[in-house]
Amino acid sequence: MDKNYLNIIRSSKPAQFGILLIVFLLLYNLVPHNEGNYFWRLPSLLAFIPIKLNEIIYAALYEWFPLKVWDPIFEMYEEKAAFREFTKSISKGLLFLITFVRELLLGGDKIIDVFVSDAWLKDNDWMTWPALPWTAATVGAFLLGFQLGGIRLALLGGIGSLYVSIFGNWVPSIQTLSFVLITTPICFVLGLSFGIWGYLDRKVETALQPVLNVMQTMPQFAYLVPIIALFGLGDHAGSIATIVIATPPMIRNTILGLKRISPEVVEAGLMSGCTKTQLLFKVLIPTARRDILNGVNTVIMQCLAMVVIASFVGAKGLGLNLKIALNSLKIGKAAEAGFCIVLIAVILDRFTKAWANKQVDYFENLTFFQRYKLLIIFGTSILIFSIIAFIANGYFDKINYLYVIPIEKGFTFAHYIDAAVDWVWETFFYSLNSFNKFLLTEVLGPMKKAYLGMPVVATLTLTMGVAYIIGGIRTSLLVGGMMLFIAMSKYWDRALITMYMATFAVIMASLNGIIVGSIFAQTERGSKIILSVCDFFETFPSFVYLIPVIFLFNITDTSVLIAAIVYATVPATRYTVWGLNSVPLSLHEAGTMSGVSRIQRWTNIEIPLAFPTIMLGVNQTVVFTLQMVILGALIGTEDLGQLIFGALSRAQDGPGVAITLGLFVSLMAISVDVIVRKWAEERKKALGLA
Amino acid sequence: MSPTISCSSVYKIFGNNAKTLLSESGGNVDAKKFQEAGCIVGVNNASFDVNQGEMLVVMGLSGSGKSTLLRCISRLTDATSGKILIDGEDICLMNNKQLIELRREKMGMVFQNFALLPHKTVLENIAFPLQVKGVTTENSIYKALEMVELVGLKGRENYFPRELSGGQQQRVGIARSLAVEPDIWFLDEPFSALDPLIRKEMQDEFLRLQSVLNKTIMFVTHDFDEALRLADRIAIMKDGIIEQLDKPDNIVLNPATDYVRKFTEDVPREKVLKIESIMDASDPHASGEIAVKKDDIIETVAEKILNSKEIIKVVDDKNSVVGSINPSKVIKVLFGG
Repeated sequence: MDKNYLNIIRSSKPAQFGILLIVFLLLYNLVPHNEGNYFWRLPSLLAFIPIKLNEIIYAALYEWFPLKVWDPIFEMYEEKAAFREFTKSISKGLLFLITFVRELLLGGDKIIDVFVSDAWLKDNDWMTWPALPWTAATVGAFLLGFQLGGIRLALLGGIGSLYVSIFGNWVPSIQTLSFVLITTPICFVLGLSFGIWGYLDRKVETALQPVLNVMQTMPQFAYLVPIIALFGLGDHAGSIATIVIATPPMIRNTILGLKRISPEVVEAGLMSGCTKTQLLFKVLIPTARRDILNGVNTVIMQCLAMVVIASFVGAKGLGLNLKIALNSLKIGKAAEAGFCIVLIAVILDRFTKAWANKQVDYFENLTFFQRYKLLIIFGTSILIFSIIAFIANGYFDKINYLYVIPIEKGFTFAHYIDAAVDWVWETFFYSLNSFNKFLLTEVLGPMKKAYLGMPVVATLTLTMGVAYIIGGIRTSLLVGGMMLFIAMSKYWDRALITMYMATFAVIMASLNGIIVGSIFAQTERGSKIILSVCDFFETFPSFVYLIPVIFLFNITDTSVLIAAIVYATVPATRYTVWGLNSVPLSLHEAGTMSGVSRIQRWTNIEIPLAFPTIMLGVNQTVVFTLQMVILGALIGTEDLGQLIFGALSRAQDGPGVAITLGLFVSLMAISVDVIVRKWAEERKKALGLA
Repeated sequence: MSPTISCSSVYKIFGNNAKTLLSESGGNVDAKKFQEAGCIVGVNNASFDVNQGEMLVVMGLSGSGKSTLLRCISRLTDATSGKILIDGEDICLMNNKQLIELRREKMGMVFQNFALLPHKTVLENIAFPLQVKGVTTENSIYKALEMVELVGLKGRENYFPRELSGGQQQRVGIARSLAVEPDIWFLDEPFSALDPLIRKEMQDEFLRLQSVLNKTIMFVTHDFDEALRLADRIAIMKDGIIEQLDKPDNIVLNPATDYVRKFTEDVPREKVLKIESIMDASDPHASGEIAVKKDDIIETVAEKILNSKEIIKVVDDKNSVVGSINPSKVIKVLFGG
């Protein structure tokens, strides 16, 4: 009899989960809540980690490997730490490049200053570099769009830049653009090199994987403090933060693209007598072109998603404008800047995607003029518009509108938005407020309390138990180790709050995504439509989501959660559609011939088969949600994010704290990832889909 | 004359400790034992020669090691042990530079799934082996145009691979492999990914090319009919071992193992066998005007022989009588018994 029960438990996962739940509930209710009880909260044995990290960073910056450096002002040798000199020169180089591009586009005398002495410049004040007139840029965007994707992209580019210019956002947009123009190539080169290295050497790839995992799940905020400590404030710091965040996807795309090349193509290259270098540059990289260019697209999107966050470490541009407007609660202005960022993101996204999918044209007997027709038109138009703008200097007395329309003179719709927000406020104040109150007191409050009232031994049992049932002993130990690491710091309570918010948002976002995705995936057209809607929303920088919710729900957990839910619904929807679309047609036909109704088909055929893919989408929602929850700290939540944000203003112990906390968030995401991936793999194998 | 390709005791075993296991076994490899030790046997003791201008077809089902054998000889994979001589030089001992040199001058290869470079046009794909060799763009394109004409793709020089049908893509693959005018031509299931009708057409095309070019060829296929149609000699592989290596008619007449017999059972003999294999020694009764050649395939001359109702002379290329043939023998081949 006993043996029978044991066998049932051994073979039935639901039974195992049931037992786990009972154990969890028992622990939850039986462990007394008092300090000093190690079952309730673990001692913070690892509290030294942020402090040690700090010491290491500062030691590297100020003490490690001193060099004698000649100081030209005091005319003497000075002792300086090598690492500090290294970071300084990186900062200088980056800052120079960004400023150079910026000045090149915006004009002025700074760019000439680089090449001549100050004194000479003062004597020759006619000497200024002409700015790029926005009119020429608009024509340029139109032509580039035309070249890449015909009249539709041409109109997108042309009207987009026209909007940016006449609404007075030309200067910050160029500042943002110069930031993107310098950061993207660096990410590209770094990502491509590491990607190739990883492809060529398996050991490197294995070593890269966990590093990339952590880098991609760390909240962007966590990088800022250490970057300030290492590189100081400014555009270059923003650029470095972006490089850290945008390079991992580039690496992954490169490895993926190279691995997808059929071995026969590699063999064909070898049999053609390629050397290793020829194989790499003439066969491998061109064949993986599309995946690599998709990586570039991701990099550009990440750059734009980072502009607001980068403004916290001193990057100029649209991000800074948005931040300032948001700080002073000017919703209209913030929305305008946000709209500009989205517009630039959409344009760059469509342009790079068109570029990635564009096949190389074979030029056949074209004359020079035919081949470079558009380039010639572009060059000529820059010349013509520059001359017109230059002549117009005499006509306009103060501001030359043909160069720049300054923000106070541009069109604006900010006051309409402000009015609309006011109207919404006045009309729906009570309903919004009561909804907000209901959610906070009836749902979120109790949920938070339940999470905080969880003894650490219960949490560990639950997570490790789930990991054990799904993935076996190794997964369980891995997840347990990561959780234990967090539990032994002094931030466990904060981590629990982050977990509660993430749980709520993930559940809601997944439900939304599955429902929306299922509805649209019923027809081919619907799938197409919803996937392009997802594309569109994914180009929104995460920050933009926060603008409307703050004004509707004030600064509360509700705002952050709603932003997180909306943000994370996108991947959930996308994966649902993918999953449902990947159900083989023959199974649909088999179902139809068995006489299933639409609902039966959905519940009995589609959902079970699509579920592993959907779960991978849920996996993504976890990462998205955590990012947004941490970002929410900006507007004042009280989880880990707030501490990371707080560390920004604490130069002394900030870097260590920020890295540690960021790592915690990353570990949470990775724990979920490990379990879900394992489960999805097994499920797919069981269903014969892998 | 020494053979163009000469293999002796070639082994290819996949797995971490393949080398030690192989040397322990002393060359007597048991696939099952190796599998238990975590190794997979790809090629098991292959020894054969391919002569100048000869076409050796390696036939076997999937997993028989035929492609692995081809890749050992082109050194796309390194053989675990054994000697592979190309024009008397051991390819296994070559360094990377020599190997690249050899491939640039002497070898060409055609792949099952075409393996064209997606970003290059037909012309650029064909010119690619020349360009990596350092030939100028102008000369390489000139040569490529010649190749385009040879494989009958004139007018599609500037197409991209994705714009071509499977058969056309494989013509590009063939042209590319021939661009450097190699002595040795490797073909790895070149027609397996094509529709049956196109496959037949490409086989004819291939025979035409070979009659013009007269290369030394190793051709891998899983299709026994294809092997019979094309081969000078056939090597039949199973589990990495060459079961039989012989001329097509000999394989059909005298299958060496039960495995080979399974393939030959359903083969219509009259389509494979030559008159030579059923003729008698010269018979004085063989008179009359009519004669057949000893290299004729039975099917093609069967009607002629049966209509004459008497014993017919068999002659060789120089028209001198080498034997005679009795119609009853032809009937026996055609209808069995």
